[in-house]
Amino acid sequence: MNAVYAAMDALLPFEFLRYAFMKNALLAMLMIAPLFGMLGTMAVDNRMAFFSDALGHSALTGIAVGVLLGLRSQMAAMLAFGVLWAALITFVKHHSRMSADTIISVFSSTSVALGLVVLSRGGAFARYSSVLVGDVLAITPGDLLALLATLAVSLALWALLFNPLMLTSVNAPLAQSRGVRASLTEYAFTLLVAVAVMVSIRWVGVMLINSLLILPAACARNVARNARAYMGLSVLIALACGVAGLALSFYLNTSAGAAVVLLLAACYFCTLPLRRR
Amino acid sequence: MTTPQTARPGAPKLRHPDGCHGGSPCGLCRIEIDHLSVTLGGQKLLHDVSLHVHCGELTALIGANGAGKTTLLRALLGQIEYTGAVRHLTQDGRPAAAVRTGYVPQQLEFDRSSPVTVTDFLAGAIGRRPVFLGVGRAMRARVGEALSRTHCEALADRPLGALSGGELQRVLLALALTPQPDLLILDEPVSGVDPNGLEAFYRTVDELRRTNHMAILLVSHDLGVVERYADRVVLMQGGVVKQGSPEVVFDSPEFAAVFSGRGGRA
Repeated sequence: MNAVYAAMDALLPFEFLRYAFMKNALLAMLMIAPLFGMLGTMAVDNRMAFFSDALGHSALTGIAVGVLLGLRSQMAAMLAFGVLWAALITFVKHHSRMSADTIISVFSSTSVALGLVVLSRGGAFARYSSVLVGDVLAITPGDLLALLATLAVSLALWALLFNPLMLTSVNAPLAQSRGVRASLTEYAFTLLVAVAVMVSIRWVGVMLINSLLILPAACARNVARNARAYMGLSVLIALACGVAGLALSFYLNTSAGAAVVLLLAACYFCTLPLRRR
Repeated sequence: MTTPQTARPGAPKLRHPDGCHGGSPCGLCRIEIDHLSVTLGGQKLLHDVSLHVHCGELTALIGANGAGKTTLLRALLGQIEYTGAVRHLTQDGRPAAAVRTGYVPQQLEFDRSSPVTVTDFLAGAIGRRPVFLGVGRAMRARVGEALSRTHCEALADRPLGALSGGELQRVLLALALTPQPDLLILDEPVSGVDPNGLEAFYRTVDELRRTNHMAILLVSHDLGVVERYADRVVLMQGGVVKQGSPEVVFDSPEFAAVFSGRGGRA
């Protein structure tokens, strides 16, 4: 790790990177931003913005479960809960005639309330309030390794999932007629999003995680003219706003997640007039 | 009332009396649907459907909404469970190898603001390379070739969501034809398409039927189109109530009963 820090000192002699915690934050951002920029494209194309929002909120319950079980690391509990929750929402969505947004809303409310009840017991919620807005100071070298592993696995899966997801977003029966296993694809994608959300939520925050997923893709849609540009721009915009937002939060002494999302929103409104239609 | 009928094996075909000749890689000659039923959530959607679909013919499924036409297509596509049998047979009655099915769905509802282009979409459906890496020259050529079959090469770089209804259906038809299918399934492919687009679409389908050896199964509400282009018509209402040539079905009392509200023949 020290070698990485030394290299960063040599290559990036910026004031905000003098501290180790900011170096960690930057490294984390360099992995979180492309991950979310990438996943966001198909989350938007498959109209899953509301779903991923619910998933972000479920992290509260994930942490609560971790606390109840007395786990030292909450990450395992959050991951397990996020994956189960995502699979459950998708399952109920497939097997119920209720509209998807109602189902997602029910699940989202349940997980938020459950999380709050557990975490606020005895007035102790203040200890966990950083979960809402994220805390870049909390990133450890171990977390960075977990992120790196997530990014690597996600990239490999993405190469397999992108085409099927693109077909399914247009028409599921058509995708199936071409050999795509539509429901397997959907489960794999929702689980991927669940894992990405859970490994990043402590730094980005429950309230902002969904913006990080949706906004880069929404910006990229304003300018991209094909799938490659869509993905490329989404990742680039996420990276640029991620790093700039991190620096900005250092100088303004404010929440990093919020600064990143504000920049992304600005990016969205600036690119809006470039839309063709 | 449901009166399942089974076409006699070797029954004379309407426009291709010589039977099936070569052309199809798997040697498919006909698809025999035998006593097919579909029950979903305790509700019987299709009851005892028996019919034959022949290569080189356009078979049209007609009937009121909820008659089970789309359900039958989905069963043939293997997307829902059914009882009964679906057999793919060669000319001499042996099972045909690996039957390829092309499918054009009903008018689509999708996010039309996505930047995914026609080329992206086709390349993603035909090839395995993830299209976010870009579409290579060889694949671009394959896509162009596919699009030229339905005369829409000019649409290659348009966003999929920017196409008109007729353009979109021609693109989806081009996709369904790549690789060349043995069975082409068209599920009300032109609902909501302007008259010019409709004519162009069916002229292309007609041309395909004449020049390629494939069975075409069409669901349509447009009885005028069915009368003009179909070789065989199957009237459905929970099952098959009448099948035969367009003339036979359109002049039948069963047809009058189903479409009485519409003033008879279209």
